[in-house]
Amino acid sequence: MIEKDGIPTKEQIISVFPSLERINKGPVAVIECYQEIPCNPCATSCRFEAIHIGENINKRPDVTSENCTGCLVCLTKCPGLAISIVDGSKSKDYIHYTIPYEMVPLPEVGEKVAGLDREGAFLARVKVIKVRNPKSYDRTPLITLEVPRDILYDFKCIRRSQDVKR
Amino acid sequence: MKETEIAIVGGGPAGLCAAYTAAASGAQVTLIERNPLMGGQLNKQTHMFFGSEKQYASTRGMDITNILLKQLEPYEGQVQMINNTTVVGLYEDKVLSLLENEERYYKLKPKTTIVATGAFEKFLAFPNNDLPGIYGAGAVQTLMNVYGVKPGNKVLMVGAGNIGLIVSYQLIQSGVEVVAIVDAASKIGGYLVHASKIRRLGIPILTNHSVKEAQGEGVLEKVVISEVDQSFKPIAGTEKEFEADVMCISVGLSPLNELLSMAGCMMKYVPSLSGFVPIRSSEYETSVKNLFVAGDSCGIEEASSAMVEGHLAGLYASASIGKKHEQFVVLEKEYKKQLHDLRSGPEGEGIRRGLTAVERRSHND
Repeated sequence: MIEKDGIPTKEQIISVFPSLERINKGPVAVIECYQEIPCNPCATSCRFEAIHIGENINKRPDVTSENCTGCLVCLTKCPGLAISIVDGSKSKDYIHYTIPYEMVPLPEVGEKVAGLDREGAFLARVKVIKVRNPKSYDRTPLITLEVPRDILYDFKCIRRSQDVKR
Repeated sequence: MKETEIAIVGGGPAGLCAAYTAAASGAQVTLIERNPLMGGQLNKQTHMFFGSEKQYASTRGMDITNILLKQLEPYEGQVQMINNTTVVGLYEDKVLSLLENEERYYKLKPKTTIVATGAFEKFLAFPNNDLPGIYGAGAVQTLMNVYGVKPGNKVLMVGAGNIGLIVSYQLIQSGVEVVAIVDAASKIGGYLVHASKIRRLGIPILTNHSVKEAQGEGVLEKVVISEVDQSFKPIAGTEKEFEADVMCISVGLSPLNELLSMAGCMMKYVPSLSGFVPIRSSEYETSVKNLFVAGDSCGIEEASSAMVEGHLAGLYASASIGKKHEQFVVLEKEYKKQLHDLRSGPEGEGIRRGLTAVERRSHND
């Protein structure tokens, strides 16, 4: 249970994911923000009216997937690093999965890294296909990975082989 | 004796915002900070802040200090900033006693004073809790994020509040292994997004667990934890051992406000504000006239609310000496709305309850 160990349930995860049909159409945000906290930069940074919080900044974000362009801005603005972009339009075997990643050194394009679930357990080797770290991201780099479709709902994080044991 | 219109004690988020608003109101301000750098705890916060844009959400805490200092630049002639100086006394005649560089005492007589001294860390009692290697979370953050010193190699974190979770994350970013986060409470106290981002790096978060004892020859080598029952009593037979050279204690903060007690302010113990806090008016004035308060020193909350409280205290303290901000009514309404927004969710429930116990109507009502 997330309140006890930081791990959301499968039902919670599914509830914040857009439909597979939408994911297969192109990049779309998944916001794993399960608690009402006073925070709204995801909504105020979205230029496409795809994320709504409203007057009461304690409300959870409401994503309108149809409006989301996958522009990535909210990923770099979320202080909880709770947002990912999933894109199923590029390949029938893989999801292009973009996550914020604040560890150093950054992985390199082409590198295979360990794909981890929400407990940090190993799922599969995944390939890094893009590393973005422009100044405008303010030190929250974004890594795009090729994630096998069968672990779409389990994948959440990566570890490089040379990282300190965690 | 040196004189000023408004003395502000503490150059953290509340004090810096109070200085800005007081200066913008036209007051002469003396801002006193005991550390070499202004900014207080902001300087150690490498993570992005929560809240809304108005409290610099998505900006890293350490960068907010510079934003606040920049705001003060146009008021250079009005705001004197004194660092490396501790206010050690606040007397009945409103005179402050200052200790500069731990060696020279002098007195300052303001017309009015805002105390924004922040908080201090609570500690935990367990056998061998004085072994080298056992730190408060604030000390670990200072070592890492201010001085660039790695505190150790293997850390056990005690406390799953926001500070415990954030410091754990920063330790991992620094290449330090975090073996576990333990918390005696049955639920994680910090924001769950912080908890999840650490959990997915493989760090176990053990609620209903507390430290039984620390072990080591001269330095910390091992920590024994055990499960605790609902009254926080250890459950025999549930002990687990972790090798660790650092134990980081992050079990909450208490308001730091002895100066207010010394000045004779009426104080009250309010658990949901985390300790003794001053009875104050809705205009942030304590029971002692011309003595104002803002930020964690009047109740533990987030830095975002401390900044807004600082603005409000700056407005009211200035008005009390006849320097009313041109936009007083508009700003007062705006800052009060910001505080309301920050506190209106489920996480603000304790603060709301606590405030009803300490907030009196204004002296002027």
